[in-house]
Amino acid sequence: MFDALAEKVQSAIEKIGRKGRIDEETLEKGLREIKLALLEADVNYRVVSNFIKDIKEKALGAKVIKGVNPAQQLVKIVHDELVQTLGGEAEKLNLKGKPSVILLIGLQGSGKTTTAAKLANYLKKQGKRVLLTSVDVYRPAAMLQLKKLGDQIGIPVFLEEKEKDAVKIAKDALLKAKDESYDVLVVDTAGRLHIDEELLEEARKIKEEVVPDETLFVIDSMTGQESVNIAKAFDERVGMTGIVLTKMDSDARGGVALSVKGVTGKPIKFAGVGEKIDDFEPFYPDRVASRILGMGDIVSLVEKA
Amino acid sequence: KKTRDALGLSAFKGREVDESLFEELEEKLILADVGVNTTLELIDYLRNEAKKRKIKSSDQLLELLKGKLKEMLSKCRGSFNISEKPSVILVLGVNGVGKTTTIGKLAKQLKEKGYCVVLAAGDTFRAAAIEQLEVWAERAGVRIIKGQEGTDPAAVVFDAIQSVKAKGDDILIVDTAGRLHNKDRLMKEIHKIKKVIGREFPGQPAEILLVLDANTGQNAISQARAFKEITDVTGIALTKLDGTAKGGIVIAICNDLKIPIKLVGIGEKIEDLRKFDPKEFVEGLFEVEKE
Ligand SMILES: Nc1nc2c(ncn2[C@@H]2O[C@H](COP(=O)(O)OP(=O)(O)OP(=O)(O)O)[C@@H](O)[C@H]2O)c(=O)[nH]1
Ligand SMILES: Nc1nc2c(ncn2[C@@H]2O[C@H](COP(=O)(O)OP(=O)(O)OP(=O)(O)O)[C@@H](O)[C@H]2O)c(=O)[nH]1
Ligand SMILES: [Mg+2]
Ligand SMILES: [Mg+2]
Repeated sequence: MFDALAEKVQSAIEKIGRKGRIDEETLEKGLREIKLALLEADVNYRVVSNFIKDIKEKALGAKVIKGVNPAQQLVKIVHDELVQTLGGEAEKLNLKGKPSVILLIGLQGSGKTTTAAKLANYLKKQGKRVLLTSVDVYRPAAMLQLKKLGDQIGIPVFLEEKEKDAVKIAKDALLKAKDESYDVLVVDTAGRLHIDEELLEEARKIKEEVVPDETLFVIDSMTGQESVNIAKAFDERVGMTGIVLTKMDSDARGGVALSVKGVTGKPIKFAGVGEKIDDFEPFYPDRVASRILGMGDIVSLVEKA
Repeated sequence: KKTRDALGLSAFKGREVDESLFEELEEKLILADVGVNTTLELIDYLRNEAKKRKIKSSDQLLELLKGKLKEMLSKCRGSFNISEKPSVILVLGVNGVGKTTTIGKLAKQLKEKGYCVVLAAGDTFRAAAIEQLEVWAERAGVRIIKGQEGTDPAAVVFDAIQSVKAKGDDILIVDTAGRLHNKDRLMKEIHKIKKVIGREFPGQPAEILLVLDANTGQNAISQARAFKEITDVTGIALTKLDGTAKGGIVIAICNDLKIPIKLVGIGEKIEDLRKFDPKEFVEGLFEVEKE
């Protein structure tokens, strides 16, 4: 699956490897290939530039480990830096309120409704009483979609199908969650563009109304260079506490993870790995770093040395 | 109200042609999702031409780039093949790109041109996909043929075909479930749907439309390649161009795979569908920021 990328980085390794040490010239050459590989993985151009700058400093200062090819060592440095940037350990949800509220936001078609159901089911399995609601008053059959998913997993879905005011629905859902002492309320919202002032304002008002413990930004792992502008706008205009990366079951390299993490600094908490409710897992930075680089084997090779 | 941030090429006006100009251009093209390979190809072309023609000003260089892009994309132009009666349009794509919405918009346009259009609710998998298409059918004022959620999509398509035969409609548009191009089983399902169509209406579907999301990065190439391999994709609909994504990936797809781009989606409303116009698309990339 990652052949093309692996080959590129491999050739970079050979170029550096022949010299047997990490000096400035070989580093430049190797990093150029790594830069192109990251760009091909859809990491944002500017994020790549900053990342490469950081790596350069680290790699130049690094002592060459005995018995390890300096090229492999460079890849290991890149990999470690990627893992670190992506967040090290997987971060858990931070739910304190009673009820706790989780708000999902993002572009059209990113996977919010599916994620709402997945998340609700995940929490239900931990013994929590969960209420779902949809405040998507725009997309045809959006509410019905969530209702059907809720029915599938036996989680109640609060709906006001005739109501046109998303904020009002959010308010009523929270009231119900309080009255009936649910542990968690998961709020699904309509997809919106990060440049649509009116809908951003609506999202902000929904957020003010439900005061979420977690506002999760849902983004498609196949997203390209614009991911940074999208994530930044949602973070600045609405605000977010974490990120969910969907459709990771695709063959996308997932460079978007580095882009959105790099630009918002917010933890990536979950990954969607399929269309089914159970296709949902914590985000593992180390796996995704290897995926972006396609270099899992070499990294473990250096680890053993 | 929406604000639009263009490619920002205005910063390139009135400059000298030097190394930093090429580097910045490279950055801009990659940021527009044109992709590493196609970008490097384009930059090489510009370098060579600049040398050959002794181009000194950035304005001339930009015109050259614009011309090259237009030339590349004009090769990927194509009109809709709906001359047969009936014609079938099969709509494919990965999850959430905008297939169902595009079908709703397209149905409206074709209906306004005087065609009798029928929709087949071939997405029997995703929750409420059928009801979503039903709303679009109503908005467009066209008929819809549907089955139960969870049934075989090919069976729904078969029913739709019988209905078209009975009523003598002009165009059948088939919605399908979102499917990732790296999932074999789902991709093979396309054959089954296509077989049913071809058996009942020889030569159809004349149009197999692949829907791509303009926000998608390099993976769109992988999508286009995989769908083209599994079936004869006749055109691309590029959606969500009303965002800030430039959809530069179609330049690479056009260059590598030569699939015509036929439609662009520019919003969620029923009228937000346009014919793809290479000139307009390229001008859009070069657009100076507007208030
Ligand atoms: N393969 C795969 N498909 C997914 C995943 N998450 C969501 N989807 C699919 O992506 C499509 C869009 O998902 P939705 O949950 O409807 O997206 P949304 O963000 O709610 O969309 P809007 O409400 O229209 O903005 C559907 O076909 C989902 O089944 C995932 O992790 N993997
Ligand atoms: N801004 C914008 N949104 C669009 C456009 N086209 C579709 N959408 C939105 O994108 C989301 C997904 O659209 P759908 O038509 O459901 O996509 P799909 O490909 O049928 O999705 P699945 O059937 O789940 O695979 C919806 O919220 C649409 O309103 C467009 O051109 N611009
Ligand atoms: Mg939704
Ligand atoms: Mg659909």
